[in-house]
Amino acid sequence: MHGLGPVFRRELAGYFVTPVAYVFIVIFLILTGIFTFELGNFFERNQSDLRAFFDFHPWLYLFLIPAVSMRLWAEERKTGTLELLMTLPVSRAAAVAGKFLAAWAFTGVALVLTFPVWITVNYLGRPDNGAIFFGYIGSLLMAGGFLAIGACISACTKSQVIAFILTVVVCFLFLLAGFSPVTNFLQGWAPPIIVDTIQSFSFLTRFDSIAKGVIDARDMVFFASLIVVCLFINGVVLESKKS
Amino acid sequence: MQTFIELKQLTKWFGSPNSGGIKAVDSISFKVETGEVLGFLGPNGAGKSTTMKMVTGFLAPTSGSATVCGHDVQAEPLAVKKRIGYLPEGAPAYMDMTPEAFLEFCAQVRGLKGEAKKQAIKKAVDRTHIGGVLRQPVETLSKGFKRRVGLAQAILHEPDVLIMDEPTDGLDPNQKHEVRLLIREMAKAHAEGKGGRAVVLSTHILEEVEAVCSRVVLIARGRIVADCTPAEFMSKSRYHNAVTLALIPPPGVMIFEELKRIPSVESVEDNGTNKTADGTQVRCTVIARHGKAIAHEVSHLVKAKGWQVDMMRVEAGRLDDVFRELTTSSR
Repeated sequence: MHGLGPVFRRELAGYFVTPVAYVFIVIFLILTGIFTFELGNFFERNQSDLRAFFDFHPWLYLFLIPAVSMRLWAEERKTGTLELLMTLPVSRAAAVAGKFLAAWAFTGVALVLTFPVWITVNYLGRPDNGAIFFGYIGSLLMAGGFLAIGACISACTKSQVIAFILTVVVCFLFLLAGFSPVTNFLQGWAPPIIVDTIQSFSFLTRFDSIAKGVIDARDMVFFASLIVVCLFINGVVLESKKS
Repeated sequence: MQTFIELKQLTKWFGSPNSGGIKAVDSISFKVETGEVLGFLGPNGAGKSTTMKMVTGFLAPTSGSATVCGHDVQAEPLAVKKRIGYLPEGAPAYMDMTPEAFLEFCAQVRGLKGEAKKQAIKKAVDRTHIGGVLRQPVETLSKGFKRRVGLAQAILHEPDVLIMDEPTDGLDPNQKHEVRLLIREMAKAHAEGKGGRAVVLSTHILEEVEAVCSRVVLIARGRIVADCTPAEFMSKSRYHNAVTLALIPPPGVMIFEELKRIPSVESVEDNGTNKTADGTQVRCTVIARHGKAIAHEVSHLVKAKGWQVDMMRVEAGRLDDVFRELTTSSR
């Protein structure tokens, strides 16, 4: 992992020297607010939990995370800095991990900045703060999954637009895999094992239980292994497709 | 004498050899040793950049091997990358960073810390004269300054091997001149620096070779077609030791015929005439047979005939002439 630290720091600082970070964070916070309080009926539900807040995260991430991940490698390819980075004494694993971790840390910052919602719910009632904590952890893991998919796709192209659209589509498929109309449709004809397999890849199903505060190691392992697999593919793509 | 770079039968295919692939680099072998400044020459698309990308570990060769300071590029990429300073084609840099932050990043990646890092950055900044633009984002800099930032990055860690891909390409004549001076100065300091090091630069600009390099490797269609010193390279020219004259002969004298009578003269090229106050000035280039020295014989003839000489110059050879001949001749 030679060079992980400098790559991580450079990448993270890169978000904040351009308006990207600020635009992203502001939009993320505005949208979480709208979703939680308007669409999620936070007050009308009369319950002191953050379901209304977490339930919309998958859909929010669907469009916001690809906007973060699209530039990871596509930009390096376009400007030729990929050649520079790959000829500096940085191992490939360190470059892949450093960039991913920086993007992940950045979304983590955006997520932490939603803390007023947590303050609100604690002011209004007595929520299960343990469940909320794991909800945040789950949300962060899911963001990591989206990001890893996005990083992998960004490594395949020079165009950030293509990276964005493809990432949205792929992430949408991962979300839909557990959407009830889709599972109902599949159950009509596909054998149960296929339905189960497809459903097990669903971000929605996995995240739903985490958002409820149910901690299942399998969900955590799912997201963690998804990240590892995507980053591994990311490295392979970089090695095989250089010019 | 230490071997810094050794290429053995280095070959690169783009695409499959069996189905319409392109052989970009074809069994290239050479060594670069202490103190050498190697000019890697060739027309566009000859395989210069591809070869350099294989030496720096960016591309993997299809077959053959590249060794830098005794480390195989494929087997020990990190050891190789630590010893190389590389300026890729077009000098890419992170556009939204300032040169200061960019050099800081490169220094960190190179494992430089604390005072050593500060000194290294300061030295590289001083040598490339970019002190005035350190706090401006790279994207706002002129091409010449961008190139210097790239150079600063490449020499930052005082590498054993400095590799530059078309360092002056795309610059205006002033910038070209400045970057070339810089390279000459750096290459000299570099090649002679602590215990001697090696420099490789690719180019298709021939003045650059004459100005900077101690050795020339010319490639065409992925193969080496010449490997020699710039002087030897020029002596391959048919203009080597040719004599260019401007003189005013008395009317009616066939000076071309007279010149051709000298035994070691191959031919005489007519460069046209020029009307002057003293009469019609004839300009020509007398080409020597097999590059023999003919200046003495020509001047002797001119003196004996009493022609008025306005100009007389011995040619060293024309690089672009040799370049064209070697890179366009059939395989």
